[in-house]
Order: sequence, then structure tokens, then C-alpha cells
Amino acid sequence: MSLTNAFFAIIRRDLVLALRRRSEIANPLLFFVLVITLFPLGIGAQPQLLSAIAPGIIWVSALLAAMLSLDSLFRSDFDDGSLEQILLSPHPASVLVLGKIIAHWLVTGLPLLIIAPLLAIFLGLPSQSIGILLLTLLLGTPVLSLIGAIGVALTVGLRRGGMILSLLVLPLYVPVLIFASNAVDMAGSGLPIHAQINILIAILLLTLVLAPWPTAAALKMSMS
Amino acid sequence: MPWLVIIFLLLLLPGLYGGLYLAPPDYQQGDSYRIIYIHVPSAWMSLFIYMVMAVTGAIGLIWRIKLAEIMSISSASVGACFTFIALVTGSLWGKPMWGTWWVWDARLTSELILLFLYLGVIGLYGAIDDKRMASKAVAILALVGVVNIPIIHYSVVWWNTLHQGPTVTKMDKPSIHVSMLIPLLLMALAFKFYYLIAVIQRARIELLTRERNSQWVKTMVSENDQ
Repeated sequence: MSLTNAFFAIIRRDLVLALRRRSEIANPLLFFVLVITLFPLGIGAQPQLLSAIAPGIIWVSALLAAMLSLDSLFRSDFDDGSLEQILLSPHPASVLVLGKIIAHWLVTGLPLLIIAPLLAIFLGLPSQSIGILLLTLLLGTPVLSLIGAIGVALTVGLRRGGMILSLLVLPLYVPVLIFASNAVDMAGSGLPIHAQINILIAILLLTLVLAPWPTAAALKMSMS
Repeated sequence: MPWLVIIFLLLLLPGLYGGLYLAPPDYQQGDSYRIIYIHVPSAWMSLFIYMVMAVTGAIGLIWRIKLAEIMSISSASVGACFTFIALVTGSLWGKPMWGTWWVWDARLTSELILLFLYLGVIGLYGAIDDKRMASKAVAILALVGVVNIPIIHYSVVWWNTLHQGPTVTKMDKPSIHVSMLIPLLLMALAFKFYYLIAVIQRARIELLTRERNSQWVKTMVSENDQ
């Protein structure tokens, strides 16, 4: 089996597995919606206030939803031993891991994009920034999955990895949060946002290239 | 070890004396600027120690040198302490100068995130029972952090310049006078030696704990008991 075939086989396998367990797709999505619903209840429903902080709210909630969904990335494969088989295969582990991350993003990250415009309207985000919000989510959520994969690979062997995982991963999410929510903010006031988008693309490409290596190394360490 | 303590004291005492008595008060800030003799060296050390932690972690990861692993993790808690001191002294200084304990200034924010990175390293190390495995995990995390620190720092700087409110204008840095600079450099060196003392102590304990089942530790302990 060639490397490309193995790469796509992993993605296909993970997608099929995810479709068989639909609750795993729905849970992060529900969490995302719920957290966003809590904000107006917590800070009051003044439309001006809400639309001013909407980019931040949506992005922070997306960050938390992405982080909570991370555990399913390697957990079941780790428990039933198929992760071991993946690492034992002759293909480079980093490429196969990248396949798993992409499949995971398709299952947990992409649905956020579909539901985000609705929530943006709930929060009264200006209509010209909704497109930008989608663009930043499209560029940013894969980064969340890629960086999160490193953290989850480090903690997959632990019985109680959840709290540690958030401590490891959230500080590393800071740049994405800053640039993405800032881009949406700026777009709302009609300012140019090329710089933010370019930097998000740069971060995405950088993590796409670099993140699978430490992930694979950390998985090998967790399996030993 | 006693030598290190002596060098540390030889640097610390003149540094403190020079900083707290000899250096003239600042024309704008009066005496309260003197906190920089603690604040600035700790902030420098917080970054320096992170680099040491990552480099020794990488050495441990690549060549499987146990001592490098131990140095790496022993550095983490010392580094976290320095980061914490830098944050606390910074906010103590900020209260009379800026009129508030905390501003979301770029440096403060990236220092805070650095503290979280340190705490993540310490937490991860504590969570894994097998300490050799924990060292590897910590090394990977520290290396990922090293790639991220510049990105985080610049993103925070950038965020700050865009969000900069009119509430706080940061003071222009006056070019520092020699009588203020020399104590500062002495303190920075003293802090380096303090780090060396602390990290060696911690590494010694860590090494003994890890090897507590081996024969040489047992004989050493039993000799000390007598």
C-alpha cells in the first residue's frame, strides 16, 4: 500500500467510524451552541454590547469546543490497540497522524463553521463580518486540531488527562484567538483585514507542516 | 556548592547596595523604580530558564541522557517561580505608576502566558507516573513551546497595539544611567547564580528520588544515618 493510499485509508476509516457514532459529532456542536447561549444570560442582552463582543465570544467558544472534542482524537484507537498498529506500520507515523487529524477536523471542526453564522446572527454580529468569521473559522479551527493533537498525544496514556490537556493546549491557542477575533472585529468596522488573514494562513501552514512530528513522537512515547 | 553561594552573595550584596542606596532616584518615578532590580532580572531569567529547559530537554530526548532530563524538569519550577516574581513585582510597580495592579499590556500578557506554559510543563510531569516517560513528554512540550513563544509574543504585541486604549501610556524608557545600570547587571548575574544553586539542589533531590531503589542511593542514605 502506498503512502498516499494509507493516508486516505486512515481518513476514510476515521470518517466511517465517526458516522457510526454520531453523538460524537453532535456533542461539541451542542456545547458550542450552549456556551454561546450562556453569554447573553450572563452579561445581559444589550444588543450593542453583544455585537461588540460577539467575535470574541464565538471564538472563545469555538476554542473550548475544539478542546473538548480533542479527547476523541486518539482515545478509542488507544484503548482498542489500533493506534499501536498504526504506529507499527511501515509508513511514517507523522503522515498517518496527519490523516487522523484531518478526519477529526472534518468531524468536529467543520460543523462549527456550519452553525456559526446562525449564532453570529443571534449575537447581532454585523452582516459584513459573518463571511470573515467563516473565513477565520475555516483557517483557524484546523490549527486548533493540529496543535491540540500534540497535547492529546502527550496525555492519551493518562487516566485523568482532561485538566492537564487544557493547561497544555490553551496557551498555545492564544495567537489564533487574537488574530481571528481581531479580524472579525475589524471587518465589523469596515477596516482592512489582509494582515490578520495572511498571518492566520501562515500559522495554518506552519502547524500543518510542523505539528504532526511532535504528535507522532508523543504518541510513540505514550505507547511505550 | 558553597562556592556558588559565595559568588551569589558577592554579586547580590553589592547589587542590592548599589541598587537601593547608591543609584540616584529616578527623576520621574522617585524611589519606586528600584523594584526593577528584582523585576527585570527575574523577567530575563524566566525566558532564559525556558530556553535552558527546552535545550536540556532536547538533549535528553535525543541522546537519552538522564542528567539532562533531570536538569530540564528541575529548571521548570525555578523558572515558574521567576516568572511569578516578575509578574508580582511588575504589578506592585504598576500600582503606584500606572494606578492599577494589572494592565493587559503586551509584555505582561506574554509573561502571564509564559507562566501558564511553565505550569503546563510542571503539571504534565506530575501527571505521568513513569518519570523517564514524563521527561520525554515534558521535553516535547517544551520544544513546542519554544516554537510558539515568539509567535505568542508577537501576536500579543500586535493585539496590544491594536487595542491600545488611552488609559495607560507606557513611559518612554529613558536611557539608563551607569549608576543604575551596574547594579542591574550585578543583580542579573546574581540571579543566574541563584538559579544555578536552586537547580542543582532540585536536580540532586530529583535524582535521588528517581534512583531511590538503586544500591548507591541506599548506601548513601544509610551512611548519612549513622
